Amino acid sequence: MTAQAAFAAALLKPEAARPNGLRAWNGSDPAARFAVYRNNVASTLIDAVAATFPVVLELVGEEFFRGMAKVFVLAAPPRSSVLAHYGEAFPEFIERFEPARTVPYLADVARLEFARVQAFHAADAASLTAETIAHAMTKPDLAPLLRVICQPSLAVIRSPFALVSLWAAHQGLGDISLVDPYVPEDALIVRCALDVQVARLAGGGATFIQGLASGVRLGEAAARAQAETADFDLSACLTTLMRFGAITTLQPPAGNPR
Amino acid sequence: MTLGSTNICFVRNAPELGIPDPPARAGLGLKPQHYQDILAIRPDIGFFEIHAENYMIEGGPFHHYLSAIRESYPLSIHGVGLSIGSEMPLDDAHIDRLAALIERYAPRSFSEHLAWSSHGGVFLNDLLPLPYHETTLARVCDHVDKVQERLRRRILIENPATYVEFEASTLTESQFLGELVRRTGCGLLLDVNNAYVSSVNLHRDPRRFIDELPLTEVGEIHLAGFAVDRDAAGDPLLIDTHGAPVHAEVWQLYAYVLGRTGPVATLLERDNAIPSLRVLLDEAGQADRMLLSASRLLREQRA
Repeated sequence: MTAQAAFAAALLKPEAARPNGLRAWNGSDPAARFAVYRNNVASTLIDAVAATFPVVLELVGEEFFRGMAKVFVLAAPPRSSVLAHYGEAFPEFIERFEPARTVPYLADVARLEFARVQAFHAADAASLTAETIAHAMTKPDLAPLLRVICQPSLAVIRSPFALVSLWAAHQGLGDISLVDPYVPEDALIVRCALDVQVARLAGGGATFIQGLASGVRLGEAAARAQAETADFDLSACLTTLMRFGAITTLQPPAGNPR
Repeated sequence: MTLGSTNICFVRNAPELGIPDPPARAGLGLKPQHYQDILAIRPDIGFFEIHAENYMIEGGPFHHYLSAIRESYPLSIHGVGLSIGSEMPLDDAHIDRLAALIERYAPRSFSEHLAWSSHGGVFLNDLLPLPYHETTLARVCDHVDKVQERLRRRILIENPATYVEFEASTLTESQFLGELVRRTGCGLLLDVNNAYVSSVNLHRDPRRFIDELPLTEVGEIHLAGFAVDRDAAGDPLLIDTHGAPVHAEVWQLYAYVLGRTGPVATLLERDNAIPSLRVLLDEAGQADRMLLSASRLLREQRA
């Protein structure tokens, strides 16, 4: 093992002995000094996780969160120095983290928070205006064949819990005591310009948008949503997407200019 | 391969290369919580500095605000993820991201640390120490050469805050930095807080450390706060926190440095417990006043 390999390994193992070859000017045990690095690594990474998952932190409290995040950062340290993308594995870690089982929706809240941070930093794209989209929808023969390209920031999360209501209650939007956590909710996360929006999708909306994102044509995506939820409201769902500036391109089928 | 052998010459303050150093004024680290205040009040400040890795993202508000602020202020870019002191080869993808960021924002300077932060593909998010001897010197020189060639500019290397020494070291930190500058043509980012913190922690004389550095090659200065801890023997162990105002001892050492270097662009670093923009501007004002005195002194000496 090289010197830095040994140093790095000792940083990530709280109980490991300090690496060899260190000294202090006063002959004191260098372990106390090495501990500064060990503390820095863990605490700055825990801070990074805390910055991405503030609602998870609120739900379980600072002390529990930092303890849980410490286990996570030491077991799954970042693979990149770009920490904006660190924490993707945190929701799954939470699911397996036994002491967190008492808050069953914690992992899904973490999924929503991670998606928000990714949306915040995602590539920018100009949205189509409501007029452009409305105009395209007036052509009943062409509209079902359109491919709808959404913002690079867009994400959909389906949850068996009241994900959006729980999250919103922690933004000062709504009363947490009125939220029944066991009502399934689907979340839309998208950023157009500067603000990330989080919205609850009506029945079928998640299937519809996930269909569009996978490259399925508008008509087929709507059919899938309808098959899942009989009263899927296509026009309401498109209005939601337009309101958030989520649609960037309407791609007519080849050979059929708009 | 060193730059001397490739005939690439990095000249200090060389506007013809489009890479002048930041102005000899005080600057502040650019923090997202201050974006809107900065654009609203347009403070009179010498420059802003960003951490490169925070902007290695595709889009969104960070780039939006940085672009707007860059239109009105000089910028310097400071990297924390290049891991120049690493035993392992540098990460080419990271250097590419850096090159793209530098291309986009045309900063006055780019700096990195005499430290390592990654190993075996894991990013440790700290600036870790290395022993100072011929082998590590040759490796760090190779890494600096590679970065300078790829970025096509002179970079500045910052002296670290350290808490331990290595039995394997045969060179002092100032000898190591001096040789690095001589062999690669890089410049120095003199972190006066780090110089003070390391001097206390390693029981050396901070002024002597400063005196031994190639001070003509200092392209930027950093000032920051520290916290006080104790080592296993009860002796003071200072921790570089970037979370407190600059201490009196560091201001004194800064005055000493300016007496030797003349005015040099100076960053007030605050990355934790970040106060309001106003508080940071006041601290920068103190550095600006000292920079002004240093300029006056220089003019008097030349007159």
